[in-house]
Amino acid sequence: MIEVENLSRQYGDLLAVSGVSFSAKSGDILGFLGPNGAGKTTTLRMLVTYLPPSSGTARVAGYDILRESDSVRRNIGYLPESPPLYGEMTVTEYLSFVAQLKGIYGRKKIREAVERAIERCFLMEVSKRLCRNLSRGYRQRVGLAQAIVHDPSVIVLDEPTSGLDPKQITEIRRLIKELGKDRTVILSTHILPEVQMVCNRVVIISRGKIALESNLEDLTKEKSLEQVFLESVGYEDVSDKEITGQNA
Amino acid sequence: MRNIVAICKRELLAYFVSPGAYLILSGFLLCAAYFFFNLLATYNFMVARASQMPMAVGLERFNLNQWVIEGYLQTLIVLMLFLVPLLTMKALTEEKRTGTFELLVTSPVSVKQIIFGKYLGIVFMLLIMCAAAFVYPLLLYVYGDPEILPVLSGCLAVLLSSLAFAAVGLAVSSFSSSQMVAGITTMVLLLMLYVIHAPAESLGGTLAGVLKYFSPMVQAEEMVRGVITLRSCLYFASLILLGLFFAERGLDRYRWR
Repeated sequence: MIEVENLSRQYGDLLAVSGVSFSAKSGDILGFLGPNGAGKTTTLRMLVTYLPPSSGTARVAGYDILRESDSVRRNIGYLPESPPLYGEMTVTEYLSFVAQLKGIYGRKKIREAVERAIERCFLMEVSKRLCRNLSRGYRQRVGLAQAIVHDPSVIVLDEPTSGLDPKQITEIRRLIKELGKDRTVILSTHILPEVQMVCNRVVIISRGKIALESNLEDLTKEKSLEQVFLESVGYEDVSDKEITGQNA
Repeated sequence: MRNIVAICKRELLAYFVSPGAYLILSGFLLCAAYFFFNLLATYNFMVARASQMPMAVGLERFNLNQWVIEGYLQTLIVLMLFLVPLLTMKALTEEKRTGTFELLVTSPVSVKQIIFGKYLGIVFMLLIMCAAAFVYPLLLYVYGDPEILPVLSGCLAVLLSSLAFAAVGLAVSSFSSSQMVAGITTMVLLLMLYVIHAPAESLGGTLAGVLKYFSPMVQAEEMVRGVITLRSCLYFASLILLGLFFAERGLDRYRWR
C-alpha cells in the first residue's frame, strides 16, 4: 500500500516535484507516467527513502517514509534506472548479499530466497556468471530479482523493461503482473502500450505536478491512452491522426 | 552486526577477485624485501668493517634491532602512506559511481554499518599485508638474537599507522565521487600529516610540541624503538575514530542530498 501526501522536492531553486499526492493499494499495478524530467525518478526515490522530501510525506507498506524509514526499507523492493549490480560478484553471490542486506537471516532461508528469485526472473542459466559479464537484458533481470528477493509487499520499478528484447519484455511484463496480484507495484515508464498491458491504475506527472490519477479502465473508455497522456502533459492540439501516425 | 559482516565479506571478495589487491600485496612485499635486504647488507658491511679494526672498536654499538629492524619497520610505514590510498580510494567512490550506493541506502542498513563493514574489509586486507611483511624480521631469529619486545611494539606501530591511514582514506572516499580524486587527495593528506612536524625545530615552543604530537611519524618512532605510551595509542585511536566519523558524515551528506 502506498499513500503519498503533498510530497515536494526542491533542488536548489528548482522545484522538481511539487505537492504530489496519489495512492495505490495492495493488488494495484500503478503506471507512473510522465515526459522526461517530469519528476518521476525523484518521486520514486523519495518513496524508497533514498531522497528526503523537502515537504510532505508518504506512507509505504503502512510505514511513514520519514519516521519509520527502516521499516519502509525492509518492505520495499526497488529497481533503480540502472540496475545496482556489483560486477565482481556472481548472480547467486550478489542476490545472497542483497538478501542479507534486506534482513533475511540464516543460510537456508537465504538460499531459498535466492533460488526463488532466480527462478522467477529466469536467471537459471546465468546464476554462476559474474554480473559484469552479463548482457543488458540479463542485468536488468538481475536488478529485478534483487528487488523481489526478500518478497517485499511494495515493489518500485524505474523503467524495468528498458534495454530488453521483445521476448524478455513479454516475460518481465508477465512477471510484474503476477507479482502485482498480492502486492503493490509502481512502475515508471515511457512506454504507453506497456501501461495498457500491465497496469490497472495510471498516474501522470508533468512538470513536477500530478496531471492525472485514474483507473485505466475509466480512462480509456472514450480516448486512447496516448491522447490522454498528451492532453495531460499539455499538448492539446494534437490530432488523432498524428497519434496513430506515431504508432504506425 | 550481520549487516556489517555481510558488507565486510563483500568488500574482501571484491578485493580478491580483482588483480588490484594481489598487485598491491606483491608490490608491497617486493619493496619491503628490497629495503630489508639493503638494511641487512649495510649492517653486515659495517659489522665486518668494525671487526677488522684493531681491538674491534665500537663493535658493541651495532645491534640488529637498532640498525635493521627499526629502519625496516619505519620504511613499512612510509610504504603504507602510498599503498593505503590505493586500497581505500575505491571503497565508497565506486558504490556511488555504479549506483550500488542506492541499493545500500534503500536497504535497512545504517550508514554506520556501511562504514564499519567497509573499514573492516580494509583492516583485514591490511592485516594480511602486515603479517606477510613481519615475516622478514622474524627471519633474523634464525641467525641472530634481536630483542623481541621492541620488534613486537614496532609491528604494532606499523599496524596502528596503517589502520589510521585507512580511516583517513575512507573518510576522503566518502566525500568524493571519483576514485582518482579520492586516491590523490588521501595520498597528499597522509604525506602532509606524516611530515607535519618538519618545521617544529625552527618554530620551537608550544607549537612545536603540538606539531610533533600530530605527526604519525613521531608517534610511531617511539613505538618502533620499543616505547609504547598511552599518548601514542590514544593518538592513533583518535585518528581512526575521527576518520570513521568523517566517513559517516560524508555518506550522510550523499544520502540526504
